[in-house]
Amino acid sequence: MNAPLIGARIERKEDYRFLTGAGQYTDDVTLPGQTHAVFVRSPHAHATLKSIDKSKALKAPGVLAVFTGEDLKVGGLPCGWLITDVNGQPMKEPVHPSLAQGKVRHVGDQVAVVIAETLDQAQDAAGLVEVDYGVLPSVTSTDKARAKGAPQLHEIAPDNTCYVWAIGDKAACDAAFSKAAHVTKLDLVNNRLIPNAIEPRAANGMYSRADDSYTLYVASQNPHVERLLMTAFVLGLPEHKVRVVAPDVGGGFGSKIYLYAEDVVVTWASKQINRPVKWTCERSESFVSDAHGRDHVTTVELAMDKDGKFLGMRVKTTANVGAYLSTFASCVPTILYATLLAGQYTTPVIHCEVTAVFTNTVPVDAYRGAGRPEATYVVERVVEQAAREMKLDPAEIRRRNFIKTFPYQTPVALMYDTGDYEATLSAAIKMADVAGFPARRKASEAKGKLRGLGYAAYIEACGIAPSNIAGALGARAGLFEAGEVRMHPTGSCTVFTGSHSHGQGHETTFAQVVADRLGLPIESVDIVHGDTSKILFGMGTYGSRSIAVGGTAIYKALDKIIAKGKKIAAHLMEAAETDIEYDRGVFKVAGTDKQKTIGEVSFAAYVPHNYPLDKLEPGLNENAFYDPTNFTFPAGSYVCEVEIDPDTGVTKIEKFTAVDDFGNIINPMIVEGQVHGGLTQGIGQALLEGCKYDPESGQLITGSYMDYTMPRADDVPNYQVDTRVTACTHNPLGVKGCGEAGAIGAPAALMNAITDALQVYGINDLPMPASPQTVWKTIQNAKQKKAA
Amino acid sequence: MSIKVSMTVNGKPVSAQVEERTLLVTLIREELRLTGTHVGCDTAQCGACTVHMNGKAVKSCSMVAMQAEGANIVTIEGIAAADGTLHPMQAAFKENHGLQCGFCTPGMVMNAIDLAKGNPNLTETEIREGLEGNLCRCTGYHNIVKSIAAGAKAMAK
Repeated sequence: MNAPLIGARIERKEDYRFLTGAGQYTDDVTLPGQTHAVFVRSPHAHATLKSIDKSKALKAPGVLAVFTGEDLKVGGLPCGWLITDVNGQPMKEPVHPSLAQGKVRHVGDQVAVVIAETLDQAQDAAGLVEVDYGVLPSVTSTDKARAKGAPQLHEIAPDNTCYVWAIGDKAACDAAFSKAAHVTKLDLVNNRLIPNAIEPRAANGMYSRADDSYTLYVASQNPHVERLLMTAFVLGLPEHKVRVVAPDVGGGFGSKIYLYAEDVVVTWASKQINRPVKWTCERSESFVSDAHGRDHVTTVELAMDKDGKFLGMRVKTTANVGAYLSTFASCVPTILYATLLAGQYTTPVIHCEVTAVFTNTVPVDAYRGAGRPEATYVVERVVEQAAREMKLDPAEIRRRNFIKTFPYQTPVALMYDTGDYEATLSAAIKMADVAGFPARRKASEAKGKLRGLGYAAYIEACGIAPSNIAGALGARAGLFEAGEVRMHPTGSCTVFTGSHSHGQGHETTFAQVVADRLGLPIESVDIVHGDTSKILFGMGTYGSRSIAVGGTAIYKALDKIIAKGKKIAAHLMEAAETDIEYDRGVFKVAGTDKQKTIGEVSFAAYVPHNYPLDKLEPGLNENAFYDPTNFTFPAGSYVCEVEIDPDTGVTKIEKFTAVDDFGNIINPMIVEGQVHGGLTQGIGQALLEGCKYDPESGQLITGSYMDYTMPRADDVPNYQVDTRVTACTHNPLGVKGCGEAGAIGAPAALMNAITDALQVYGINDLPMPASPQTVWKTIQNAKQKKAA
Repeated sequence: MSIKVSMTVNGKPVSAQVEERTLLVTLIREELRLTGTHVGCDTAQCGACTVHMNGKAVKSCSMVAMQAEGANIVTIEGIAAADGTLHPMQAAFKENHGLQCGFCTPGMVMNAIDLAKGNPNLTETEIREGLEGNLCRCTGYHNIVKSIAAGAKAMAK
């Protein structure tokens, strides 16, 4: 038997191939007879398509086909979540065509596809497709979408409104506010982000006449969902005739969850030309075609009694969903956002109203955190501001309001199963040396600098989700996960999972879970994911659900392996099944020294010479579907310390401390890596990244790495991270998930630190990203105001 | 117009017919099928395509194949020992969890080896500044910095 593998820092099994260039990403797949596709995209934010002339392009060297919306008459790209508005009406779902039908609605909207023998030929010919556009006025900004006279995107959505949705008891909330000793109010913008996984999206579709089947290689986080949506809703193909393979995928962060137009087009086109069709996104193209994230405009009010105890919270948010509804666009600013507004606090009544608006921008969907960073930003910014106004220590106001007993039913639908918010907060305070902050602030001031410290105590709902609850809330799919454990005759093991790894390290983490339970060396366990032809089913990876849902499905399959193994072992050792005890790979007859290993039991199952064939099938291969009974609730406390140069506006992060509770941890090395990555994306949002559209033309101004500021190595600090554990109560591993936490908690902590530093000027808010120019300007404005 | 280019790639002489506009990275990926070198952007910003040309780290997306005529090119596939043993910098990335999705990794490793050559005691600041031309969206750089510091020390041994 091995040393325990759960909780061990095991180097990753997948690293060797990535480090030697042997990874296989979608663009690395080249099929016999490969052709190449290039999309013609709208250069306008809003226009009618008056005519498309493809004759010149068709005559260009190497061109095999040019297709437009006239050729591709299939279903629209579906939205997977129905939101019902405040009047009981379904959200407005305008058709989302894979190739434009009569109109384009954002810069980058796909108009035509050119397919040629080589990529160069396809690119050259794409420039020859002549499109006559009737340019229309456009609207890109969230808060102007419903303005009087604003250009209308879709006939079925008056005032560009997708839905107005609400949660919580408004009357009770208003009553709480009427009794408040103090109300703190903030107007906040959660800036639009562009996900930017470093591997651009790619898709390679192949049709086989031999059996009328399709194979699609695609950079996807959830190949089965991709197949389901594409076959059932768009192309009307039988599901069993379509295989979707998501091989190595170079980061997703949400942006590769969705069914995209390009995936549909290359699959469809491969039959039309009877050749495989590959499309690989260029980076500048990904800026105008990958789903964006965030983009909320919010007003929040927090009512308190005289001691800073929260009495109620009122939130009004406008969320920009872009030009069309992407796959999960509708649930992000509602179900994944407003339900988290209780945060870690006992706020007894909360009301939130969300208006989702269409604009002439790229569709907006889930991006790392998806709704929960937006909720955390609202809660933690207003709580910090409330502490300032109530003249309370920001840690103290949080402590006064922490939820302390579990399970806890929030006023916004969720039931937290467990947590210990004081534990993470006090650990973070200690690790960040908050006690030494006043001295460090003095030292900064002596150099003419400003120093600030900010907290964020976040919570997230992960392990998405119980299918019945999700269904009641509008989900149009189940949210279980599938796993299969296949013992081989000689004792090694292959595990198939519907979760998909695109950097998270499942091949190691899941192997640790299996090897630990089966008492096998980790080298004897391989994890297979990302191929609908190998894996029985899968809902994929998003919402930090892989270990909590996918890992549990595997765990349940292991239960079945062990249960069957007990029967086999009982037969082999001529004992009663009830006398067999199992511990990490060893079946023992209780009270004796008789035992059989999992390897011996596997061998007997596949070479059943001495086997209870009258009672038991041979073989040792089991699968399980797991549908969770609740979300998981990772939570933590972050402390950020910044130094600002008031003369230049440059903010330097001096310290960033994160103490998280992810429940039990399988591989701390991988978990820390997830936190580091999430923090950097959160810091990116607060300091560097901001998607900007030109309000007049609707052009994307931040359309390349020259214009959109990605965090680089010298923009971020070394992180101090640690964990505290309250085990999840409703899955057998006690795990909660860790993939998004950093991105959820970091922006509020950082902006609280910056506004703390700027309190000398009376500055309580400034927009993200807090670039040097923004900080400097905000300081100048405050100084002028003071002087006036 | 098609032209012939010749160079050494990972120790082997290669030649290919390419167009004048063919990028070095396209030659490496499409003609030579060495797909470990990646393309992550179109503005020479991400560094995923970094290879060694005559011993120096270069971005293979920002030069045409013709410019490498006669050059000695090493790609990520040419870094480990012939028996598959990882180069000390590759090993350091593995030991320090300096990679997640693996897409930026080849470029990171190629740049790191160049950075560490003759610099066994790279400081954190030197490493962070030296990574200015390489983007990673997964790791937050924390463990890449650790990996390169450890790899630089190991390379000097």
